[in-house]
Amino acid sequence: MNKEQLKVDPIKNGTVIDHITAGKALQVAEILNIPNSEREIMIGVNLSSRKMGKKDIIKIENRELSKEEAGSIALISPTATLIVIRDYKVINKFGVDIPEEIHQHVICPNTACITNIEAVETRFELAGKTPIEVRCSYCEKKYFIDEVKFRF
Amino acid sequence: MKNLISMRDVSKEEILKLIDLADKIERKEITVDMTGKLAALLFFEPSTRTHFSFETAVKKLGGNTFSMSGTSSTSVKKGETLADTLMTISMYADIIVMRHIIEGAARFASETVDIPVINAGDGTNQHPTQAMLDLYSVQKTQGTLNNLTVGMVGDLRLGRTVHSLAQALSDFNPKFYFASPRHLQMPGYIKDDLKAKNIEFTELEDIKEVMHELDIMYVTRIQKERFAVLEDYEKVKDSYIISKKLLEGVKSNFKVLHPLPRVNEITKDVDDTEYAYYFQQARNGVFMRQAIITELLNLIPR
Repeated sequence: MNKEQLKVDPIKNGTVIDHITAGKALQVAEILNIPNSEREIMIGVNLSSRKMGKKDIIKIENRELSKEEAGSIALISPTATLIVIRDYKVINKFGVDIPEEIHQHVICPNTACITNIEAVETRFELAGKTPIEVRCSYCEKKYFIDEVKFRF
Repeated sequence: MKNLISMRDVSKEEILKLIDLADKIERKEITVDMTGKLAALLFFEPSTRTHFSFETAVKKLGGNTFSMSGTSSTSVKKGETLADTLMTISMYADIIVMRHIIEGAARFASETVDIPVINAGDGTNQHPTQAMLDLYSVQKTQGTLNNLTVGMVGDLRLGRTVHSLAQALSDFNPKFYFASPRHLQMPGYIKDDLKAKNIEFTELEDIKEVMHELDIMYVTRIQKERFAVLEDYEKVKDSYIISKKLLEGVKSNFKVLHPLPRVNEITKDVDDTEYAYYFQQARNGVFMRQAIITELLNLIPR
């Protein structure tokens, strides 16, 4: 464990989300429904990073993330790495993958789109990776990820 | 093929299969029997031309229709959800043809009901039966869809027919010329798709210089109401009027297509030339829609 991570206590069991794009931690926390969680959680914002200059970090006690949750994090911060901790030891460490299809969480910015009119779960497909672009499966309009809003 | 919602879902093989089927229906090589089947023609947004074309197609197949045009006197006005309207209609009909101003409405319909859905236009998004009849017209006039030089003229920004046609032809190695006023150019996402497929295209403001290269010229209407300043419209309107004189020296296989209605963008004197094809194009629409209904209802005699 390096000095940066020692700024906050290590966790016994759970997940560290490292290398979050600086300033995006609160958005990631929202995706994971952290504001409503009773767990012990530490959020670091604008920590200095050798690799990234600045980064955010989130440590969550007693929670391991699903593949879908990891995919959602990738939409906000594709640079994030997930570190699974058990008994203070790193068990697994991996990058997040942007999902090919995103259900429910993305709101279509097109006000003339059926998903903003009828009760229907949104569905977006990945249309580009650098920068991330998504296409609404209903109105077929394409958006950069920064142009869309999320709902969790 | 269960529904026809978007050209994005239609493979090259399916395009060729539908063209072949339309051709067999037109030549009366096969007889399709739709007797006893009912098509619901739901034009939430009215469109006389497309509505009549579908009605003709169903009736020529021996089927029957019931129709709706506009939403003023319907359950929609009473506040029923689109899902409920569609579910109810699917209890009566065998196939739904739907036009709606809401984008994605047809996709939503196809996911709501169990019977086949044909998208007859969803807002500015897709109008796949128009794209299919355009492809059929190109095939009929050129004998192939492959390696053609196609000029698209007029309002290329908002005209969904040119978007669908450009995308659909991109599986057949075309060369495109896009002629439009600068602020009515082909949208970036269409050009991105073409670039990704290595399709050669050139944007120009005047089609005149490339007329002799074209196999097909697809003309769309420049809508006066799209211009914020009337002077701007006055400046460009005449550069996109196709007259008989402009057609001097074109290739012998050259044809002019237009989705209709036309206003003044093709002059009347073009109608009598061998190059005019827009009315036959409308006729082709009936055969293509017959083919699409046949395919979706699995009516092909085995």
